Amino acid sequence: MAEGSRAETQREQARLPVQAPGRRTLVKTGLAMLGGALLGASSGRAARAGEGAGPFPPADPDWSQSVGPGVVDRPYGHPSHFVKDVIRRNVPWLTATQESSVSFSPLQNQEGIITANGLFFERYHAGRPTVDPAEHRLLIHGMVDRPLLLTMDDIRRFPSVSRIHFIECPANGGMEWRAAQLNSLQFTHGMLGCAEWTGVPLSTLLAETGIKKGASWVLAEGADGAHMDRSLPLEKCLDDCLVVYGQNGEALRPEQGFPLRLIVPGWQGNVNIKWLRRLELGDQPWFTREETAQYTELMPDGKARAFTWLIYAKSVITFPCPERPARGPGLYEIRGFAWSGKGRIAHVDVSFDGGVNWTRARLQEPVLPKALTRFTAEWRWDGKPALLQSRAVDETGFVQPTIAELRKLRGVNGIYNNNSIQTWQVKPDGSVFDVELG
Amino acid sequence: MSSWDNRNKRLPAVTMAAALIVMGAALPSRAASPADDAANAAEAAALAKTAPVMPAESDRVNHYGYGTVPTAAQIAGWAIDIRPDGRGLPDGSGTVEHGADVYAQQCAGCHGTFGEGEGRYPKLASDSKLTGDQPTKAVGNYWPYATTLWDYINRAMPFPAPHSLSANDVYAITAYILNLNNVVPDSFVADRNSLPKVVMPNRHGFSLRDPRPDTAATECMTHCLPAADVKITSTAEGKDLTPRTSGPLDAMAPK
Repeated sequence: MAEGSRAETQREQARLPVQAPGRRTLVKTGLAMLGGALLGASSGRAARAGEGAGPFPPADPDWSQSVGPGVVDRPYGHPSHFVKDVIRRNVPWLTATQESSVSFSPLQNQEGIITANGLFFERYHAGRPTVDPAEHRLLIHGMVDRPLLLTMDDIRRFPSVSRIHFIECPANGGMEWRAAQLNSLQFTHGMLGCAEWTGVPLSTLLAETGIKKGASWVLAEGADGAHMDRSLPLEKCLDDCLVVYGQNGEALRPEQGFPLRLIVPGWQGNVNIKWLRRLELGDQPWFTREETAQYTELMPDGKARAFTWLIYAKSVITFPCPERPARGPGLYEIRGFAWSGKGRIAHVDVSFDGGVNWTRARLQEPVLPKALTRFTAEWRWDGKPALLQSRAVDETGFVQPTIAELRKLRGVNGIYNNNSIQTWQVKPDGSVFDVELG
Repeated sequence: MSSWDNRNKRLPAVTMAAALIVMGAALPSRAASPADDAANAAEAAALAKTAPVMPAESDRVNHYGYGTVPTAAQIAGWAIDIRPDGRGLPDGSGTVEHGADVYAQQCAGCHGTFGEGEGRYPKLASDSKLTGDQPTKAVGNYWPYATTLWDYINRAMPFPAPHSLSANDVYAITAYILNLNNVVPDSFVADRNSLPKVVMPNRHGFSLRDPRPDTAATECMTHCLPAADVKITSTAEGKDLTPRTSGPLDAMAPK
């Protein structure tokens, strides 16, 4: 057959559904309504079974034979409606109100180290304030030589930097201290996000105000109804803290502190004060409610740990996971994230047998300090029960612990700083469950 | 990288010594002479709110020169922080009796008439021990400073209308909650001098030095434990706690 006629035949077959509307069209529409989840999840075999009955080869689908909406149909874009289930979610029974609460990022669908701005987890102490950037001010005072009142325009004039850092709530995994409770990656690990933040180093602003001798602490305070405030060592503020207005190439989202927030790289989420309006320098910590009654860890002896700001190395497998089960024996790419508040991830190991044996995972570039790092590992699953784990090691040599070790040391009343190894139980049918090992 | 990040590894002595000096400096001296300290604190607070903060023009060495110098009134309006030594506490006072009235109107709806907490709202009163299974953490048995109570009520309460109470009402509610917790007598009057002197039961219940890394996990790669020792001790399977993770948001009832 000549080249030209073969092409013609293909074209004809491709047009077939269009030329013969009716049942085929209905089938197509039905499939489209079922959505991308079904298409994406289909194995090769299922797709082949659909040949001739849907928009699969050799047919040419409707979307390839029509013209879509034009530019600025969506002046501000949003995700495909086929991924409408990929959203922040909350645990309604966890808190008394929605305004003093938390939502969780869908890590099971996060493709890459950057968390989409619309999916970044929320933590509010008095709801999400609506702050007019034209009326927002940052006040810097206390033990400074020259107190300063800055508008957003003023702040944007200072030399700027961009840095990629994770933010994790120290209560992430807090519901898992006593036992495996939530059968979901989103709910066990979703108080976590990573973004490129753009703004001014806090050291630049404090050089501008000058620092009085004896100053050693900084109180950072938000413009929300909680007037959320935390004491931070001046040394950390001068080291790598940022006052930011940019998040992943656009203005901070209101959920993340628009128009201005503090970034305290590698430290627990709540010290990264959102809607930042005030910085006061002093010579002692303030012992605010959020660093005494809250965000302190009660130990078995009845004493509590305070000022445990640092996020120690942690990791989790994001595929497979309860939301994204395995589908039959075969070759899988295990995927996950690792992070450490102390710097870079050095390596990640994965286990398929509950921690008896470990295999070195591959780290995917970029590997940045105090940022999510992606890891992958090959797993040839034989269809037998398996216990999947990942274990992060950071550049200081710190090794992520097991929940059994943490419980032995800290009991179960601490709430915060659960950086333990997550175990996913894979059953022969491919379903995945959150479990803890003895 | 900050030495705070590494203070247990690389720079333990210098940094921790500095931190302990910083943290400890004001505390023992306050315990030694609380009256003097309170007076000093009051004086400092008064100074902070009245002294002119505008530096002489010749003192300004700002490199960029952006922004403006805030007035004392601007600073005073926003500087609502109260320290354990009482610095920042305003004029005014409140009795336990008046506090009971204001509390009933402003607080009891969520926190309960006697601080027992409605539903999942925070309990305010407890004298139970902090050990055992799921201990209650309330003002009387957990909070280390009475000043923090004043600060928090003033800045964040009542929840639907934060920072809306008068200083006198905040003093009164503070007195009432401390009294609910049997920390102060019925006759207690809260003011800028009395609050810093209140010794909370759990005043010394906190360690300010992060003891981590407290774990000793190693990078074992093979035969790290006997396979027979790998036992599932708990599973989320079958527990009715997990909201759905597809479809619309779950509205599962509080547990």
